[in-house]
Amino acid sequence: MPTILTPPEIDRKRDRHDGDEGAGGTGNGQKPPTDKRTGGNGDGENWNNRPQGHRGPRERLSSARVGLFFALGGDMMFFVALVSIFFVNKQSGHFDAYSHYINEWLPTAIPSILWLNTAVLLLSSVSAEIARQGMFDEKKTMDEWFGFGRPVSNRASAWLAATLVLGMMFLAGQWIAWRQLQAQHVFFASSMSSHFFYLITVTHAVHLFLGIGALAGALLVLWRSRSMLTRQVLVDGTVWYWHVMGLLWLFLFILLEFGQ
Amino acid sequence: MRVFSTRHRDVGLGYVAISLVAVAVGMLLSLVMRLHLTWPDWSLPLHGPVLPEEYLAIVTMHGTLMLFFVLTVAPLSGFGNLILPAQIGTRRMAFPRLNALGMWTMWLALVAALAAFFVPGGAPIGGWTAYPPLSESPLAGPGQGAGMDLWMASIALFCVAGTMNAVITLTTIVKRRCEGMTWERLPLTVWAWFTAALLSVPAFSVLLAALVLLFCDRHLHSGFFVPGQEWINGVMIEHRGDGSPLLWLHLFWFFGHPEVYIAILPGMGLVSMVIANFARRRVFAYRLMIATTLLIGLLGIVVWGHHMFVAGLNPFAGTVFSVASLAIALPSSAKVLSWLVTAWGSRAPGGQRKPMATPMLYALGFVSFFITGGLTGPVLAQPILDEYLHNTFFVIAHFHLIMSMAAIFGIFCAVHYWYPLVFRRQLSERLGRWHFWLTLLAAYGTFLPMYITGLGGEPRHYAQLNGIAGPGARLLALTMPLQRHITYSAVVLIAAQVLFFWNIQRTARGPKLTEENPWGATTLEWAPGAMDDEGPKVRVVREPCCYEQDGEGFVPQWAEPEAVSGIPIPLRGEAE
Amino acid sequence: MASLQTSDVVRWGWFLPRDAALHGPALDAHLMLNLWIVLGLAVLAHGLLLVGVMVRRRRAKLPVVMLEYLPLLALTALFAWLATKSEQLWASQRYVGADPAAMQVEVTGEQFAWYFRYPGVDAAFGRTKLPLVSAAEGNSLGIDPTDPKGKDDIVTSQLVLPAGREVDLTLRSLDVIHGFSAPEMRLKQNAVPGQTAHIHFTPTVPGEYAILCTQVCGLGHYRMQSVLRVLPAKEFDAWLTQRELAKARFESEVSR
Repeated sequence: MPTILTPPEIDRKRDRHDGDEGAGGTGNGQKPPTDKRTGGNGDGENWNNRPQGHRGPRERLSSARVGLFFALGGDMMFFVALVSIFFVNKQSGHFDAYSHYINEWLPTAIPSILWLNTAVLLLSSVSAEIARQGMFDEKKTMDEWFGFGRPVSNRASAWLAATLVLGMMFLAGQWIAWRQLQAQHVFFASSMSSHFFYLITVTHAVHLFLGIGALAGALLVLWRSRSMLTRQVLVDGTVWYWHVMGLLWLFLFILLEFGQ
Repeated sequence: MRVFSTRHRDVGLGYVAISLVAVAVGMLLSLVMRLHLTWPDWSLPLHGPVLPEEYLAIVTMHGTLMLFFVLTVAPLSGFGNLILPAQIGTRRMAFPRLNALGMWTMWLALVAALAAFFVPGGAPIGGWTAYPPLSESPLAGPGQGAGMDLWMASIALFCVAGTMNAVITLTTIVKRRCEGMTWERLPLTVWAWFTAALLSVPAFSVLLAALVLLFCDRHLHSGFFVPGQEWINGVMIEHRGDGSPLLWLHLFWFFGHPEVYIAILPGMGLVSMVIANFARRRVFAYRLMIATTLLIGLLGIVVWGHHMFVAGLNPFAGTVFSVASLAIALPSSAKVLSWLVTAWGSRAPGGQRKPMATPMLYALGFVSFFITGGLTGPVLAQPILDEYLHNTFFVIAHFHLIMSMAAIFGIFCAVHYWYPLVFRRQLSERLGRWHFWLTLLAAYGTFLPMYITGLGGEPRHYAQLNGIAGPGARLLALTMPLQRHITYSAVVLIAAQVLFFWNIQRTARGPKLTEENPWGATTLEWAPGAMDDEGPKVRVVREPCCYEQDGEGFVPQWAEPEAVSGIPIPLRGEAE
Repeated sequence: MASLQTSDVVRWGWFLPRDAALHGPALDAHLMLNLWIVLGLAVLAHGLLLVGVMVRRRRAKLPVVMLEYLPLLALTALFAWLATKSEQLWASQRYVGADPAAMQVEVTGEQFAWYFRYPGVDAAFGRTKLPLVSAAEGNSLGIDPTDPKGKDDIVTSQLVLPAGREVDLTLRSLDVIHGFSAPEMRLKQNAVPGQTAHIHFTPTVPGEYAILCTQVCGLGHYRMQSVLRVLPAKEFDAWLTQRELAKARFESEVSR
């Protein structure tokens, strides 16, 4: 066999950077990421210049964000497909027996409660963002990590609970909107535009329902988990998901309100 | 191996097991198809004669199992989980619990698909493309009721599981590369997994959306994919709206065409690395190979219309899609050229003449199938020729050679190449060579004549070719001698796979391998302890494929410069 | 018509069936050009592959431009040339509609049969309605009896066409997607429910040809075949007149 060049054991085990790393152990006791994005030993060192796996406590957080980014990218394609079909169907028609081109599209009247729901959802994003920002406050986070009380988690729990309530209010508002439409005998099967109204609002509501589950999960973790990093990652991921669903709703709402 | 393990290797083996079940069933189904097509009166033991609807159900399930559960699951999810972490120097995939959940979701999808055989009416009969209105109404045929619903549930689960795996793969590659593993130093296998995963995310999402809409059409009286008035099997059905089956075709092929690249790209990546390794030279034009991988992925998204030239697509749009599709021939040709140049003179100067290693054989087989199957791609990409060839066996030959046989040879190559890494045992080279030659020849014997029957006009999905009156049947009956030949070859092809499984079964009880790196490979998965979850941390110091001029010595990616200072080795292969 | 011999059906150029349409020879020539190029490239690539693994390595330096970019440039030129040629053919067939004087025939697919409708003496098709479709009442296409244009429409189960005259086919489907294909006419287009598609062509050689369904449409897909009979112009006129007379007689009997 050819020469196999295996470096000496000592070389492989050499650790070039002290401190935190993403690969391998990410258990408790790890220094949590904070507002301070760079750091390390001495001033001016930028963690981003370090090799992957050695970029300090942000590593696991940014891993979760990258994963969420790709997952939400796929999810957005799902809605892109729905909205494309919306526009195609809106424009399409058929020739009747007398060779007249008929476009049967009749816009569905959007219940005005949706305006209120939209406002509630945007408000919930604000409270979620306050919770998220609080998780990375440099001083308080380090305090909590050292074990001086739970200033960060308690504050975030309060704001996340507010988000959860606002989110459920939104879902309740959507439910009322569906009931109002049904009272006017506008069902899923009623017309082409009602297909889309229900399809878009229901698929979005399913996503928000999952978001509420994530919020509940984040609250549970804030309460139970001992790892500061886990708490931060979960809150951060949930809030970003919530923001994207809020923005998506804004777009879908504008589409339904003005695009029909 | 624990059952609910979150270790990436266990998850990877779970995915491989899914593919094994699917490939075994899919292969048997294809055998029934061939026998029925050649001898329509033949009766299946314990079952009786194969009815036309059963034939179509078998066709549908063969396509579904092979495409979704073999060609997508094994290369990307299976080997991605088994090998990818070690190859980029990490000990685990990102999000291990989600990863395991994805694998079990995929099992559920497979079970749902197989269950379609056992519901009243049987499996769906509309082909794996499930064009509405045939797929929309239970009245349209047996299998289009409960069987179709199960099929849709299965594919929806597949989309969810596939997207999960793709997201995990992407995150792992982006975030978990070890120190020194820059993008340029990534092996081409990783680039291929990356591109395939990047394609999976939008493709599977759009398919899921299409399935949701089809579900609404089937059960909620909407009309996304069917016209307002539908007349099926003598029954008038009213739908709201003016939908069109062409919308389904657009959404489906927006998924369907990237899907074939998802299936073949991992094979391309592996074959590039394997050829380089056994030719003991750097992959020729390495950077161009990275660029073409990404370019094939990018172009793969914008060419779906070439499945619709004669399906009612605007002829001008046909021209646009045609040009885009022909453009894919260029990055593909660039890859073939690189493989040819890399393999040129693989016999090292002064080296002893010894039989070629099996992974190299399978890799060269991949290249061969890629050429014979791929070259007819540009033919089919021309709408005027597609007008004659669309939905004939010419297309069947084209995609079976390029997508099935080439991709399957990629899988064989992966199994033979990585078996010593994963199981520390080496498969029998002798049996491997027998399996290679038998499979290669039988595959050509099976699929090359299909080009001929396709040129003769034989359409897809025909349960019977002879014994019908009229000029059409007279035309098709002319293909019967070739049909018999194809079936004999297919039987040999399937029988030859026994050798492969025998080889694996025999090796499982064989002696352990002592060598750490039997192929003399330079990529990181062969580093000592790379496959060990608790192994030491690794660091990469150079690009892969650094070999000495005489082909014997090599410098792996992980060897520190001071350890190899005495060996004169060109560190940039392209300047070689 | 005399029964066809094998030699009539197959022309032994790449096993293609015989060609009986005006646009066919150009299509065939282009197809064969493609196939020869493909065969040549496949043989060349395999030759290089086989020789490559046999020979010993001699040169260490491999010039990227010579071995990668120049062949790619040549292939680009080749594919561009093929694309230009084939898009011209495609444009000449599909970018323009049929001649206004072309003969009109409507083709309707349903599970698992093809129906062909001729507009009759008024040269106009009567309107159709799906709810009226009833094979039992002899109205397989759902022609509206209240529309006078439909009175003289002739519905057949074989497509009979005159040689040498352009035909404008209107493709429809009652139920699912069907693929209208006439291999000897080098013609294929799907019939999609809810919309119509037009294709036009000119049959040249009298004879009996195949019509197949090439889009899976259900359990009887394989037997959804029909016959295309191309007659010399005079024979066709006689056939059409006879059909029209029979139809008129039938209509008058019904009204009486």
